Amino acid sequence: MDTSSLALQYLLSGVTKGSIYAVVGIGFNLIYSATGVLNFAQGEFVMLGGMLAVTLLAFAPLPVAITGAVVVVALLGCLLEVVFFRKLRRHSVLHLIIITIGLSIVIQDVALHVWDERVRSLPYFTGSEISSLSFLGASVSPQVLWVLGMVTVIVVMLQGFLKYSRPGRAMRACASNPEAAMLAGINIPTMRMLSFGLSAGLGALAGCVISPITMTQYDMGVPLAIKGFAAAILGGMGNPLGAVVGGLSVGVLESFSVSVLPAAYSDVTAFAVLLVVLFVRPHGLFGKPLGEGVREH
Amino acid sequence: MGRFKSATPFLVFAAIAVAAQWLMRLTGTEYYLVQLTMALYYAIVVMGLCLVMGYAGQVSLGHGAFFALGGYTTAVLTTRDLSEWQEAAWAQALRQLHLLTAREDLYGQAILTATPWAAFGVAMLLTFVVAHLIGYPALRLKGHYLAMATLGFGLIVYRIVLGTTFTGAADGITGVPPWEIFPGLIVSGRRPVRVQNYYLACGLVLALLVVLRNLVRSRVGRAFQAIHDRETAANAMGINTKEYKLKAFVTSALLAALAGVFFTHYTGGIAPSEAGALKSVRYLALAAVSGMSNLWGAAVISTAINFCSLRGWFGSFDHAVFGALLIVIISLAPEGPLKPLGLWLRRCCGWRAPTVPAAKPVDSLHGPA
Amino acid sequence: MALLEVENVRRCFGGLVALDRVTFQVHAGQIKGLIGPNGAGKTTLFNVISGLQRCDTGRVLFKDRLISQLAPYQIARRGMSRTFQNPSLFLQISVLENVMVGRHRQSRSEFAACAFRFKGQRREERRIRDAALAHLEGMGLVELSDVPAGSLAFGQRRMVELVRALATEPELLLLDEPASGLTTKEKEELGEHIRRIRDRGITILLVEHDMSLVMDLSDDILVLDNGVPLAEGPPAAIQTNPQVIRVYLGGEFHHAVVGPESALRLR
Repeated sequence: MDTSSLALQYLLSGVTKGSIYAVVGIGFNLIYSATGVLNFAQGEFVMLGGMLAVTLLAFAPLPVAITGAVVVVALLGCLLEVVFFRKLRRHSVLHLIIITIGLSIVIQDVALHVWDERVRSLPYFTGSEISSLSFLGASVSPQVLWVLGMVTVIVVMLQGFLKYSRPGRAMRACASNPEAAMLAGINIPTMRMLSFGLSAGLGALAGCVISPITMTQYDMGVPLAIKGFAAAILGGMGNPLGAVVGGLSVGVLESFSVSVLPAAYSDVTAFAVLLVVLFVRPHGLFGKPLGEGVREH
Repeated sequence: MGRFKSATPFLVFAAIAVAAQWLMRLTGTEYYLVQLTMALYYAIVVMGLCLVMGYAGQVSLGHGAFFALGGYTTAVLTTRDLSEWQEAAWAQALRQLHLLTAREDLYGQAILTATPWAAFGVAMLLTFVVAHLIGYPALRLKGHYLAMATLGFGLIVYRIVLGTTFTGAADGITGVPPWEIFPGLIVSGRRPVRVQNYYLACGLVLALLVVLRNLVRSRVGRAFQAIHDRETAANAMGINTKEYKLKAFVTSALLAALAGVFFTHYTGGIAPSEAGALKSVRYLALAAVSGMSNLWGAAVISTAINFCSLRGWFGSFDHAVFGALLIVIISLAPEGPLKPLGLWLRRCCGWRAPTVPAAKPVDSLHGPA
Repeated sequence: MALLEVENVRRCFGGLVALDRVTFQVHAGQIKGLIGPNGAGKTTLFNVISGLQRCDTGRVLFKDRLISQLAPYQIARRGMSRTFQNPSLFLQISVLENVMVGRHRQSRSEFAACAFRFKGQRREERRIRDAALAHLEGMGLVELSDVPAGSLAFGQRRMVELVRALATEPELLLLDEPASGLTTKEKEELGEHIRRIRDRGITILLVEHDMSLVMDLSDDILVLDNGVPLAEGPPAAIQTNPQVIRVYLGGEFHHAVVGPESALRLR
């Protein structure tokens, strides 16, 4: 394979992975904007989506299984907010974050018990693992197009939701000024629950769509959370569209790093991006400088 | 009387340690000492974490990485065969300085490796440097970002040791020789010195408790508490908060690495999982359970819980237990359960909380008449 | 040579101009008052002087050396101390320990010395403790020594914060509304304490809303309005300044203008 089509292959692989990071990053942003909490368990939603869909597949056709998984995980997200964050409002943000760390571990261990450590995957949505389409000189699995398509739809619909729908605008109001939003009659707890449910559901959807390509395993949550967070912070915390750019960048960087580093270190690239951004430019590409709430002073 | 009172926790700790060992001898469960010794070394990491979290108020999810840094450094240096350079001048010189030693490995082969003391020095130095490199930029970040940064750092170390053949990849490193600290005192997991090593670990924990307590009760400790309580006011009092936070972080990293070195020589090896996120979260959970500002609580409680975990008493829910601990403790008693527990116990015994004197503010402004 | 010189300081927050063209001096040994309606920028000015915030343009000189770019702890080490509008005690530790933190600047022991309790550190620790006790005694608060700062009443917190600031042995003391929330009796006591502090040779820059207290204590007053200096001069001049009167007309200032007896009357 010549260099340019190899490069294209890397690019496509990077964009595919990056799309998932972007969705996780969007999830981070949604919850962070609405509650100020960094949800370490974000990656677990992705894992649960894939795992649940695989299980439901035994009883229902693929679209139903996926929908079911998404709905269940979304409800789980809402449940987490109600059980942990509603009652614990008086706790400092740091404490809440530590709780999400604990949740992440517990969910992971429960998943291990329910599904064991075997790798699962959903079947390809269209075609199979050997089918491929030709795209600009590279061969691409149809699932990749599903991933890209799904993420594009997610981003577009999310933007539309946040900009044009009443609950969406209410969420944005909550995020920028909770007191004013409350005075305007917006139900803050419901908005928070909604942000959790939405994040969880979107994560689950991403988990389903990426499952045929990267497989689903009980411990995929933590690295995904880190990379998703890297995406969010690269794009600028609080900026959903920024998370998309961030996610794609992280994915592509990770993919191309394979050409210079041994494959075993590809994860390291993504983590290193996180550290570099946090240390050098915490407000990311599109955030406000002197990122309020990132640096101490 | 005050002097005696302040020595009580240490005497109690020592008494428990001795009692535990006798109990094991009596019940024929002396092999428990192995896990107990390991748990004691893990407790050192938790104590360091308590220092940086409870006093300086920084959340670190990367302490497993520092433990691994210490452990892997000593493992690599004491098992890596340098025989090919045997004749070189520098090799000879290092041998003269007792930094290199010719010994036999597990299979009876003659090899040339660093001495454990030399490896220890390198491990501490390396940790010092890395902790500064990570700490300096990371500590300028706010709480949650710091947590993420340290987690990211931990995962980087994990991936590197996991993926490098030099560090044994997924299998880690084995065959780490015992460490003769001084003639008569050997850090080793071998059966004949098991009891000795148990007391060595206890002694190390005790010594560190004394040192850390000194630190906490001094000018430096007050500065830490001030920073944790109200950083702006601490700055206004002339405390260089950034420098102190960094120092607390580096100290805790060095403690973790120290524990890693001892642990590795004791167990004879190290694995990548020590650097992983799961281990780091455990340290966090144990620090939270012990009450982050309570050092000897950390030593006792984390030893106890880790012991149970190492014995396998949590079964297949080992990880979940720590996660659940974290959730429950932080939700119900964020400053640690020991204080409320202590207060509750004392109230049961009919003790009342002291009232604040000079309830009338006006009076307090008058000097002694 | 003035102890503190503020030259042409300007500070904006986004579109809001908090301070503009602020220029004044504080001379050694005086009590300088800083007054102005709410939102005039007094606390912002304090924050700029003490290093918590940077000014956009302008300079601040303390003891003839530029401090505009220094970190708060560096400025504190040069001999400036402050209190805050909301008493900023360290609530988890005792009153005595709070004041001992104030001695940080006057002590040296670092990590190794403290960890291994070198002889010098032990002696220094005793000195720190004794000095802190002496300062508390000076303000009549020594019975509160072992009380956790979090359980103090508001008035007590103010006083302890003042003691803590004094323990640093500053040359310049910035007091941010020290009388707010105090009863009349407490205010009188506070006035006494402030005078005594000045008599010990410490220069004071005082932000206060209580006009009678400010007029009574200050040797010189600066009036800020909307971040801009309005007038500067001795209390008598300020009281009769038509611009100042207009800004404050009908407010608490009015009482202070009317006459000395009314200055002592309850607001």
